[in-house]
Amino acid sequence: MNQYLLSICYPAGAVPPAPEALQAIMKEVNAVNQEMKSAGAWVFAGGLHGPDTATVVRVASGEVLTTDGPFIESKEQIGGICIVKAADLDEALKWAAKLARAVTVPVEVRPLQSH
Amino acid sequence: MDVERIFREEYGRAVAVLVRAFRDIGMAEEAVQDAFATALERWPVTGVPPSPAGWIITTARNRAIDRVRREASRADRHAQAALVHLTETPEDENAVEDDRLRLIFTCCHPALATPAQVALTLRLLGGLTTTEIARAFLVPEPTMAQRLVRAKAKIRDAAIPYRVPAEEDLPSRIGAVLAIVYLIFNEGYTASSGDRLSREDLCAEAIRLGRLLVALLPKEPEVAGLLALMLLVQSRRDARTGAAGELVPLPEQDRARWSRTMIAEGQRLVRACLRANRPGPYQIQAAINAVHADAASAADTDWPQILQLYDHLSALTPTPIVALNRAVAVAEVDGPEAALAIIERLDLDSYHLLHAIRADFLGRLGRRREARAAYDAALARTANAAERAFLSGKRAALAP
Repeated sequence: MNQYLLSICYPAGAVPPAPEALQAIMKEVNAVNQEMKSAGAWVFAGGLHGPDTATVVRVASGEVLTTDGPFIESKEQIGGICIVKAADLDEALKWAAKLARAVTVPVEVRPLQSH
Repeated sequence: MDVERIFREEYGRAVAVLVRAFRDIGMAEEAVQDAFATALERWPVTGVPPSPAGWIITTARNRAIDRVRREASRADRHAQAALVHLTETPEDENAVEDDRLRLIFTCCHPALATPAQVALTLRLLGGLTTTEIARAFLVPEPTMAQRLVRAKAKIRDAAIPYRVPAEEDLPSRIGAVLAIVYLIFNEGYTASSGDRLSREDLCAEAIRLGRLLVALLPKEPEVAGLLALMLLVQSRRDARTGAAGELVPLPEQDRARWSRTMIAEGQRLVRACLRANRPGPYQIQAAINAVHADAASAADTDWPQILQLYDHLSALTPTPIVALNRAVAVAEVDGPEAALAIIERLDLDSYHLLHAIRADFLGRLGRRREARAAYDAALARTANAAERAFLSGKRAALAP
């Protein structure tokens, strides 16, 4: 069994959906999560707070340095992640399609390294 | 003794069988290349075995098992799994065809970028070398090698499956495979830049892949439609260029130089498609070319029938390119004025053929100054030497 990281992507600075719309989206997302759980594919899922809330920790010459994040500057942001177990990429892509339909933004699928 | 020919013909088959056993394209390729290297040494002494393909596959398998045994001591998870699979899987001649079909779907998987799909298909199924593919697509060899390495790594790491897609996904996945084969054919038909009008090896390779697909997917009329289309277009190859290598357009071609064998095969396939009665874009384009092939001279062309086929095609695939080609038929049936009105509405400014066709319509309407300007626009948009020579000639004929 392989594991895949499904990242929910949205353009930086995008206007968040209105509360009612967000509620509808969350309902869809929960349904997908539930379906993943029943299929035994669900490993982990969670939404992320905005990139403004990030903090970066690095170690330079033995000293810990803490700075305001985010570390990754990009035009796209990750709004949430989900890890699924799947036999192969096609199976992972099917879950990604369900998730993308629910969240209404693109979903990136990336394989996790196996141990 | 023709190991090279056997290599070209059997490479894909052998790799496909080994991929099933190993689940790793790189290892499969290495084993098959090893087996061919051994053949090059041995066959001149022992003679070619009765079944060269079988010999190659068996030798490659044995090489692979030896190698996996060596690596298994390193507790490689993949190697262990492959060893179990290899020693347990009996030789099954019938499974081989399925293996090639699986491999095609892997090579043309939508998770791979188009250039990677093309390169993998030519490398793994066509047995072309990296050097040959690089030369055909006018990219440096290290770039092409890198492209293949990356694609194979993605197949392995992302676990792109090695199997025929499920029924509900099959139509779109077959569509992707056909698009890649047709892209290879078109790349060979008209080089996007450079001096040679046609890179024959790519056309021949695409037709070979088309035949393979028809054998593997006999119940899909679009697959037969694509092969028919490629054969009918390719049948005019010798007539497309004149003595000095210049481009000869369809109406001016010497039809005695069309390949009757290819036309017969293409038309037979078109008739079979008609009987299947599940029309699709490739089948209709093949039918259009079959109508051209039927005409003893350009004047005998059944343009109303061609226009009807284009109407059908634009209903299925309403793209500007189809509309442009349909306009050529409209010009023959209803005159250049009506055809001109159609193409003035098309958003294809960067496409040199739009301007070339527009120039032709304007010339026929006696609007010579505008026609010359349209030829200039066409010339500014193509780097192909043969096409440029053709367009310049047309423009010169309209001198004030």
